Order: sequence, then C-alpha cells, then structure tokens
Amino acid sequence: MAPMIAVTDLWKVFGPRADRIVGTPLAELSRADLRARTGCLVAVREVSFDVEPGEVFVVMGLSGSGKSTLVRCLTRLIEPTSGEISIGGESVRAMNAKRLRDLRRRQVAMVFQHFGLLPHRQVLDNVAYGLEIQGVGRAERHRQAAEVLALVGLDGHEQQYPDQLSGGMQQRVGLARALAADPEVLLFDEPFSALDPLIRRDMQAEVRRLHAEVGKTLVFITHDLAEALTLGDRIAVLRDGELVQVGTPEELVGAPADSYVADFVRDVPRSDVLTLRWIMREAGPEELCEDEPLSHRTVIRDAVHRVLRAERPIAVVDGTRRLGVIDRDRLLPALVSHHRQVPA
Amino acid sequence: MRTFRTTVAAALIVSLTACGGATSGAGEDEPSAGAKGTVNLAVNPWVGYEANAAVIAYLLEKKMGYTVDKKELKEEIAWQGFETGEVDVIVENWGHPDLKKTYIEDKKVAVEVGPTGNEGIIGWYVPEWMTQQYPDITDYKSLNKYANLFKTSESKGKGQFLAGDPSFVTNDEALVTNLKLNYTVVYSGSEAAIIKAAQQATAQKKPLLFYFYEPQWLFAKEKYVRVKLPAYTEGCDKDLKKVACDYPDYKLDKIASKKFADTGGAAYQFVKNFTWTNDDQNLVSDYLTNQGMSADQAAEKWVNEHEATWKPWIPA
Amino acid sequence: MTATVPPPALQGGRVLPPATDAAGAPRRRGAGGRRTAAAVLIVLTAAAYLLFRTDGAADGNGAAARFFDGVRDWVDANRDTSPFFLYGVNYVRLGVRLLVDVVQAALYGLGFAGLVTAVSAIGLVLAGWRTGLLALLGFLSFGVLGLWDESVDTLVLTLSAVLLSVLIGVPLGVLAARVRWVGATLRPVLDVMQIMPTFAYLAPMTLLFLIGEPAAVIATMIYAVPATIRITALGISEVPATAVEAATALGSTRWQLLTKVRLPMARTTLVLAVNQTIMLALSMVVITALIDAPGLGQNIVNALQRVNVGAAFDAGVAIVILAVVLDRITTNAARQAGAHRTRRQRQWRWAGAGAALVAVVATSFIAIDPGNLPQWSAAGPVNEVVGWIELHWYDVTEGLKNGISAGVLDPLETLLVTTPWWLFVLAVAAFGTLVSGWRAALIAALAAAGIAGLGLWQHSMQTLATVLVAIALTLVVGVAVGVFCARHDRLATAIRPVLDAAQTMPSFVYLLPAVALFGASRFTAIVAAVIFAVPPVVRLVERGVRDVPATVVEAAVSAGSTPRQLLWKVQLPMARGGLLLAANQGIVMVLAMVVVGGLVGAGALGYDVVAGFSQRELFGQGLAAGLAIVLLGILLDRLTQGFHNSKGPRR
Ligand SMILES: Nc1ncnc2c1ncn2[C@@H]1O[C@H](COP(=O)(O)OP(=O)(O)O)[C@@H](O)[C@H]1O
Ligand SMILES: [Mg+2]
Repeated sequence: MAPMIAVTDLWKVFGPRADRIVGTPLAELSRADLRARTGCLVAVREVSFDVEPGEVFVVMGLSGSGKSTLVRCLTRLIEPTSGEISIGGESVRAMNAKRLRDLRRRQVAMVFQHFGLLPHRQVLDNVAYGLEIQGVGRAERHRQAAEVLALVGLDGHEQQYPDQLSGGMQQRVGLARALAADPEVLLFDEPFSALDPLIRRDMQAEVRRLHAEVGKTLVFITHDLAEALTLGDRIAVLRDGELVQVGTPEELVGAPADSYVADFVRDVPRSDVLTLRWIMREAGPEELCEDEPLSHRTVIRDAVHRVLRAERPIAVVDGTRRLGVIDRDRLLPALVSHHRQVPA
Repeated sequence: MRTFRTTVAAALIVSLTACGGATSGAGEDEPSAGAKGTVNLAVNPWVGYEANAAVIAYLLEKKMGYTVDKKELKEEIAWQGFETGEVDVIVENWGHPDLKKTYIEDKKVAVEVGPTGNEGIIGWYVPEWMTQQYPDITDYKSLNKYANLFKTSESKGKGQFLAGDPSFVTNDEALVTNLKLNYTVVYSGSEAAIIKAAQQATAQKKPLLFYFYEPQWLFAKEKYVRVKLPAYTEGCDKDLKKVACDYPDYKLDKIASKKFADTGGAAYQFVKNFTWTNDDQNLVSDYLTNQGMSADQAAEKWVNEHEATWKPWIPA
Repeated sequence: MTATVPPPALQGGRVLPPATDAAGAPRRRGAGGRRTAAAVLIVLTAAAYLLFRTDGAADGNGAAARFFDGVRDWVDANRDTSPFFLYGVNYVRLGVRLLVDVVQAALYGLGFAGLVTAVSAIGLVLAGWRTGLLALLGFLSFGVLGLWDESVDTLVLTLSAVLLSVLIGVPLGVLAARVRWVGATLRPVLDVMQIMPTFAYLAPMTLLFLIGEPAAVIATMIYAVPATIRITALGISEVPATAVEAATALGSTRWQLLTKVRLPMARTTLVLAVNQTIMLALSMVVITALIDAPGLGQNIVNALQRVNVGAAFDAGVAIVILAVVLDRITTNAARQAGAHRTRRQRQWRWAGAGAALVAVVATSFIAIDPGNLPQWSAAGPVNEVVGWIELHWYDVTEGLKNGISAGVLDPLETLLVTTPWWLFVLAVAAFGTLVSGWRAALIAALAAAGIAGLGLWQHSMQTLATVLVAIALTLVVGVAVGVFCARHDRLATAIRPVLDAAQTMPSFVYLLPAVALFGASRFTAIVAAVIFAVPPVVRLVERGVRDVPATVVEAAVSAGSTPRQLLWKVQLPMARGGLLLAANQGIVMVLAMVVVGGLVGAGALGYDVVAGFSQRELFGQGLAAGLAIVLLGILLDRLTQGFHNSKGPRR
C-alpha cells in the first residue's frame, strides 16, 4: 500500500539566505558551527520517513529539536528549504496557493499546543470555522459541528465561549475543529503538553478511542516519552533537526540507536514496554515446559505472574511455532536492570 | 524686544500682599511712558487695519525711535487688552458703542483718540456682472426670487449669504430673519476667505451674495455692487434681535488705553494726529495683499511717496 | 531591576489598557436577545420620530446664554473689588505671570548662541550625543526659518505650563495611586478634562484670567495635567509589590517607602509622564494664540486669517521640530534613567554636565543675531502647490464636498435637528443601556438633556451630525490604513514617522490645507478632523491586528483560510477591542477638531464659541456653546467608552 505521507530529504534552514546552504559543504557543519559561521539555523536536517494510512506516527525530541518545524513543513505552514513531501500521493511542494488551501481545508487538519481557538466565537462556531470558510451553509455546518462536538464529548457546550471552558475542554474543541472537515490526516503539535497530567491522560485515551473509531492517519508530536509510547505505532526521534531513530516503541526501548535515544528511554520501565521476545532464551534440548505457552507479543509485566509461579520454563510462541522459552532467571533481571538488550 | 517684568512682578506680589489684594492690571507692562519706549499696537484681522498699523508702526520705529509690539487680536479681545495693559492703541475702530461704554465710560481704562479719516461702509454686496444679468437684484425685496442662484453645500437648500470672520460685528442673521429672506448665513471665517470667494465670483461668474466693507483694496480692482436694504435710521439697530435696516456709515476712529494717553508722550500725540484717506489705506492694503510686501516694506514704500501726508503727524 | 519598565501605552495622554485585554473581549450571552431588543428599539425610535418630529426651528433665546452674560458682567464689575479676585484669581494670575517671566528671562537671557548650546548640552548629557546633535540642528533651524523669537516664546509658555503641570500633577498622581478615595475622585474629573475640546475652555479662561500669557499657561496646564497625573499614578502603582513588601519588612516608614522605593523605581515612567506632558502642552500652547499668547501659534492664526498655507507651513515645521527635539530628549532620557551606570560612568556624566554648563555660560555672552543666519522658507513653493491644486482639482474637491454634504451630512443634520429633544434623550438612554450598560447610558442621557437645557439644540445637533460623518470617515480611512500597516511591515516602518509628526501638530494646523482645498464649509472641518484623528486610529488598529496571537492566526491559516477570510473572520473581530478604543479616541479628537472648524465656516457650536470670545454680545452664548461641546463630548465618550468597557474581559 502506498504511504499516506512520504517525506524525503526534507531540510528547513532559518536565517539569511537559507537556500544557499543545502547541498554545499556548509550543510555538513553542526548546528552550532553553522550558526556561528552564517547566522543560519538548521531546524530540520535531511529528514525522510513514511507514514502508512491509519498509522499513528509519533515524532519525539527535546524542546528545540525541530518537531514543530517539521510538522508545519508538511502543510507548508512553514515553507521547507528543500526536499520532497507527498500526501496521498500528491507532491505538496508543487501545489499552488489554491490547491494548498484545499489540502488544508479538506485533507489535513491540525491540533495545536495552545489550542488557537477564536475567542470571539462560540464553541459551535469555532468548530464550524473550517466548514464556514469552505462556504458550507450555516445550518449544515452547525449540524456537522454539533455532531463532531458530540463525538468529543462536548455536547451541551455549543453556546459557550472558549474562555469559559477548562483547558482540557478547550483542547477537545480544538480536536473537534480538526475533525469537523473529516480530513484524512490529523497533525498534532504537542496538543496536551499545556494540560494537567490527569487531564492529559484522559485526552490520550480520547485520541486512542477516536483513532479506533474514525481511523485516520495521525502524526503526533510530543516531547513526552510516555505519551509517545502509549500512542505511537511508530516513533521517530529527532535530535537537532536530525532523525536519530524510527521504530516501534519496543525497538526504541529495547535497542536505542545511540546514547541520545538511550538517555530518553532510560527511565522507562522496560517490563512495561518490552515483550517476551526480548528476554526469552533458546530452549535447551529436551527441556520440559509448562503446558500453556505465552505469545511472543506479551509484554513482560503481564507475564510476571505466570512465570514466577511456574515450576518450569514457559514456551514463547508465535502462533504455533515455538520461538524460545522464558523462566525466572531471564525475567528477574528485566524487571530490575537497565542494560541494553538485543532481541534474540 | 522683550521687556523683563520679573522683578516688577515679584516686587508687586510682595507689596500687594502687604496692601491687600491684586488688581487685574497688576504685574503687567508699565505704560510705555516717555520717548524710546514700547508701544503695544493691537492688530485686528482685516487688511485695512493692517495698513494703518503698518504705517503707524513704521513711522514710530523708523522716524521716532520707538519699539512697537504688534499683537494680532480680534476686536473685542484687543479692547480687553486695555484693561490688562497688553494693548496701548487700536488704530481702526468700527463703532462699538457698547465697548466704548464699558471700557471708556464705566471702567475708564480707555479713551477716544479721534478719527482715522477713513469712512467705513458695511453692506451686502454682489459681483457687478450679476446686476447686469439680474438688474433688480440690488433690491433686497427681490433677493428671495434669486435665492436658488446662491445655493451651496452649506446653505441647507436656501440661498447662501457669505459672512466673514465670526469676530466681525454683524447683523446679518437678524436681517435675514427680520426681512424674511430665504437665506442661510454662512461664515467664511476670515476676510481673506471672503475676498477669495468674491474674486472667484467675478472671475468664474459664480453668483455670490456677501458681507463686505469699505475701505477695501478689492474695490480698486473689481466692481461689486451694494444691495439696498431698508435705509438706516438713527437707533434702528438698537435691538440686535430686531434689526431690519442697513448698516450705518462709520467714522472710523482710534482708541488708546488711559495709561497710554496719560503717559504716552510723543507716541500718543502721533497716534492722535494720524489721519488719512480711504485711498491711502487701499494703496497700502494693495501693497500688502497683492504685491507680496511685508508690513514694513509696504509702509516704507508708502511713506517714501507720501511725505506730505505723514509729516504733519509727527509731533514737533 | 528597574531597567526596563515597559512604556505605558499612551495616546494623547490617555493611558490605554493593554490591547490584549481588549482583544479577547468576547460577546457574552444573550447576543440574540440583544439583537431583537436593538431591532425593536430602532423601530420604536423611528416611529416616534415620524410621529413627533419638529420643524427644527431656531431655538428660543437661551436663558443659559443670558445667565452667562450675567456672570460675565458680574466678573467685569468685580474684578478689582471682589475678594475672590483680589485675593484668589488675580494672585494665581500674578504667580503664573511671575513664572512665565522667570522662564522667559532665563531663555532670553541666554541669547541665541547660549540657548542653542544649552539645549544641545541638555540633550547630550541626558540623552546621548545623537540627541544632542538633533537638538543643535533643530534649534539652529528655528533661526534659519526666521522664527527664532516665536519659537522661543512657544518654548517659554510650554516649559512654564509643564513646570506647573509637574508641580501639581506628580503629587496628585502619587496620591491617586496610593490613596483610594483620591484616585476614585480624580478619575471622573480627569475623564472630563480629557474629553473637553480645547476650544471650549478658552473663553472661561479669559473671563477669569483675562487674555495673555497667564491665561494661556493655565489653559495649557488644564489640558496637559491629566496625562501627568495618570501616568504618574500608573508608574507608582506598577512598582512591584514584592519590592515594597521587602522594604516594609526592613522597617521603612511610608515616607521612606515613597522616596526610596516607589519614586526611584517609577522613575522611567515619571520621565515618560513629563514627556507626554510636554507634547500635550506644546500642542495646546499653539492654540492659545487665540487668546493672545505669543509664539508660533500667532503665525498659524495669521496664516489662517489670510488663507496662506505656505506661511503656516513654516510655523508648522518649526512646531514639529520643537516637538521632535523635546520628545527625543525626554524619551531618551527616560531610557537612560532606566540604565545602570558604573561609578566611573557617573563621574563622566557629572564632568560632562559641568563642561556643558561652562560652555553654555561662555556662549551666552556671544551675541549672534539669528536673523543673520541663511534664511529658508517653504512658503513660496507650498503656496504654488496649493494654487496648482486649487486650479486643477477644483471639480474633484468641489464634487467631493457637495456630494458628502448633500448626500450624507444634510440628511443626517435634518434628521437630528428635527428630532424633538426628549426623543433624543430617550434614544440615547435606550441605546446607551443596550450597548454600554445603564450607568454609561444614564450619564450620556443626562448630558443630552443638559444640551437641550442650554438652548443650543439646533447648533448642537448640527455639530453632532458633522462629528458623526467625520468619525465614520476617520474610521474607514484609519482601519484601512491600520490593517494595511499591520500586514506590510515595510509600509508600517515608512508610515510611522509620518504618524509621529502628524500627532505632534496642534490640531488647527490641519485647518489650513483643508481650507485651501475646500473653502469655508463644514466639509473642511470634516477633512481637517479626519487628518487629525486618523493617525492614532491607525496606530490602535495596527496594534490591535498585530496583537492577535500568532497561534490563532496559525490555526486559522492551517484550516485553509484565505488572507481575506483571515482578516474578516479572525483578525478584525479579535482586534475589536482596539477598534472600539480607536473609535472612542477618534470621536473625542474629531469633536475637538470639528469645533475648531468654527474658525473656517463649519458653523454651529464652533462658530458660537469663536464668536463668543471675540464678541461681547455673544459671550454668554459662546460659553453656553462651550458647555454644550463638553456635554457632547461626554455623551459620545460614554457611549463608545462604555461600549468598550462593558464587554471587556473580567479581570
Ligand atoms: N521562525 C523561526 N526563525 C528562526 N528560528 C526558528 C524559527 N522557528 C523555530 N526556530 C528555531 O528552530 C529550532 C527548532 O524549533 P521548533 O521546531 O519549534 O522546535 P520544537 O518544536 O522541537 O521545540 C529552534 O532552535 C528554534 O529556535
Ligand atoms: Mg514545538
């Protein structure tokens, strides 16, 4: 299947005469050196990735690593310096202003960290804004907006103004606004980092539920690893504008590409993320196992109970094929240790 | 030149506190007594007055060694200046019996200094070409017939009567009402604005009915005809609300502050002696307005050409 | 830690609330109900008008005018006998006269060379060498323009008025910030003072203080001191509570708190207060030429008298230069007041100041006649341009004037004049309640009733009509330019100095070009008012649009808004607070200017005022007209200001 979003060699350089840098030896310089030499700042450096339809793709990195710039380049809210972007098979950089507006109106919607709601409009009219500028009639857009509001659990608040709502509710409005035009792709730029932790968890659950219900392609920016791990099908890690690693949560935790990623994932309880595959061992010859095997997709934590009570090792299987076995000795280090592990 | 009144004022504050209260004239210029003092000359806002003032100032400064401080003031404000000491003389006064009563009779801060020799006429005028086209227009009774001609953006559907500076004493609004004329009085704001409108009316043959007066240099250049209003009779303009007669003829005169009269010496005598004709004034006005001369240049030119006229003014 | 007190947002001496407060002001519940109520009210008013309209005949002779005539007669009769004058008013006048004389003696005593050196030195020491150079060139240019004496006279009056304003305003400002009831009492008084069109209080000034410099200085002080008080109060109340708390904890007395914490920490704002006071005073001093104050204003009055745009142009240039020099010296001084200096730097400054003083004293003995400088004047070329425009644009200007007069102004005027006064008062009350709440509506309605009581109904309504047309034009032009500036940085940078200069010009300079183009008419006043009021409107609008949070704009763009949709659906609605503030500011300025238009044929109240202080017979009517103008100002201000406030965010 063709990817929903394909990004190839994307660069974004801020500063004077930024277009003169890509493709020259200057581009090889580190961020700080280049800045000192030319006053230009590389926010995104030669980034490539694909996002499959229906996937939740998370981009993660420290503050200033270029996440917001990257996601804005996708719909050219920030004009990329070089590289290719295609959405739904169409080149975004080749679009004229009108086609680009159309893309933003119908295909790709965005949810912002600071909500970006219009304070002078009621909630209903905020959600209907996208439809309004497309020229949808008043009654029709209000009907659709009300539907979406119900979807995000805000029915009854239609007539209120944004500043009468709590932060979490405001971001639900932002979410509803993005969903209103029924786009194929949703972009989230740290949508929940301004919210309290409890509300953040609610909202994450909300996004998961919505994703399950409406099945859109999601690009989700966050600097919060836990959020990335809960939401992401795949996670891209960005450092100083460069992609360091792209992989599933397990791959990141289990096999960080470098010390930057390793630092990131150091405090993640491995047993919560890694599956048995990462800690099983080869079964010894003629080794006797428990009757009930465990799936290789089982997260370590969920297996603890059984493994500790079992008298014998337990087989780890993929369907019917046995991949290895797991026992107390393999399990315990995983519950306490932090050292690097390699999948068998 | 400036005179510094600091010490005078300070001393006054001290002394006045001692002897009970400050009067309105306190702390102002001492009267410009004696030779080589300063004469505070009010200048009212029409060019004829400026002509008088130009020549008087020129002679006072150049021939008599005084300093003249010219003060651009509207008529009545100039009269107030007699009281505060800001003004020593007014050199072209148009009537103002009420002001004379207040400042000369009641307050005794001013005195009459005799006529300037100019005859003043105030009236309603139209450009000459209109009298050829509409021969009966010079009679106020037929003005209503022609009201349409005088319509402008300002006249509210009626005819426009163009008046001058709001500070000019006029009876026009009362006249319009009392003569039942279908006109609106519009104030142009200044003499210059009336003159401009009048010139345009002649040059572009635009209808115009306006307040105007003589002496006035413009009459030497272009013809304007006075509209006959009901004739002036003594006392017909007593009640300003009920006026229904033309303006009287004025003998223009000079007024001085009491202080100046008492202590002004030669300067006062000179002002008293000053008289000239409408033609003289129109000539200087023309220099001022149309020859682009400054007050001093205009006065100098006139003085050079009319020695016989001004020689007798200078006191021996 | 006081290094950067953000300059308070100031317009014409008003302290503006930060625009962000206003930007987010949403319309609250009941928008629908409000709309119905408005519709019902409009229908009712229209019906009542059709039923009860009058023929708009002239007013009967006002008792108010006769009353004021009586007051005038009493004052005239008692000026030298009543204790009120002998021991009160006349002393005030004498004291101010003394102040003016001292300042005058000082400035004239320095002579041309001395004064130029002194101002440059002050600029140099207080605000850096650039400002010093600017001051030097600026003051030399007065000599070049041939306006040295006039400029110095204007400076004398301005400085005197500023001294008075600071002496009175700073203590009051401190009190207003520290003592609740003083602040509360002062606020409405200051409001009214700032609404009062300058023209309205010239006549009462001459009544009390006669003509001349003292009356001029006092009038100027009345005009400028509200800004001094307001900004001082703002500066004092902005001192961080933590600093005060810390000083209190160390055992400071209230007096020590004031002198050692509050005043020093507010000093940047205090200098700004002086700056604003100077700018306001300068523009007012020029207007007081009408009551015989000397200086550049006289040149402008003369030019107006002679419809000589060129002559006014030179004087206008001199005023702008004076304003720019004074402004730069004080703003840069304010900046420096916030800077920290090492001991060494401070020593240098003292040394510099000493050297400068020596230089000033030395140069003051050099006698230079500014008349000997090379002379330059723009009068000739300017008059040629004006003449050309008069000749070639006649049809355009005439068409514009007649079109607006007949198409908009006359119908509106007829409508207002033929409205019975009680209906007007009721309508003001009803619509006022609807848009601004009952409090504002009550004040506005009382003002309307007051206007009716003054017996100048017809003239008041004519003035109102002119003001309404002018404010509509001002807003159209101002919003268009403001939005344009907000979207084009380069244009904004280019226009800013023009706006700066425009705002330092005293209002009636603008009459001249307008008179030259449109002759004597109400439209002339409208044009002058638009020119006068557009700059601050442009600024407020530009700021309002620029202050729309980038996040909101980004969200709207990312939803696919076209630039036009962005403007109409996001930026303008969100800049609503700024727009309303602009309307409010603009309306007060327009009123002031339309009234001054009485000098050039705009008639109505403005004419009454002008005639009032130039003709004895009309004095009472003039004073009544002045009062009517103030009431009109209050009415318009309450209606618009209330509008702005009532929907403001809850703080
Ligand atoms: N408009 C801009 N001009 C110049 N530099 C910018 C601009 N926007 C962002 N940057 C810089 O680019 C880098 C990446 O910023 P951003 O994408 O906002 O990072 P993140 O969202 O990961 O915190 C930062 O160093 C930031 O300072
Ligand atoms: Mg970011």
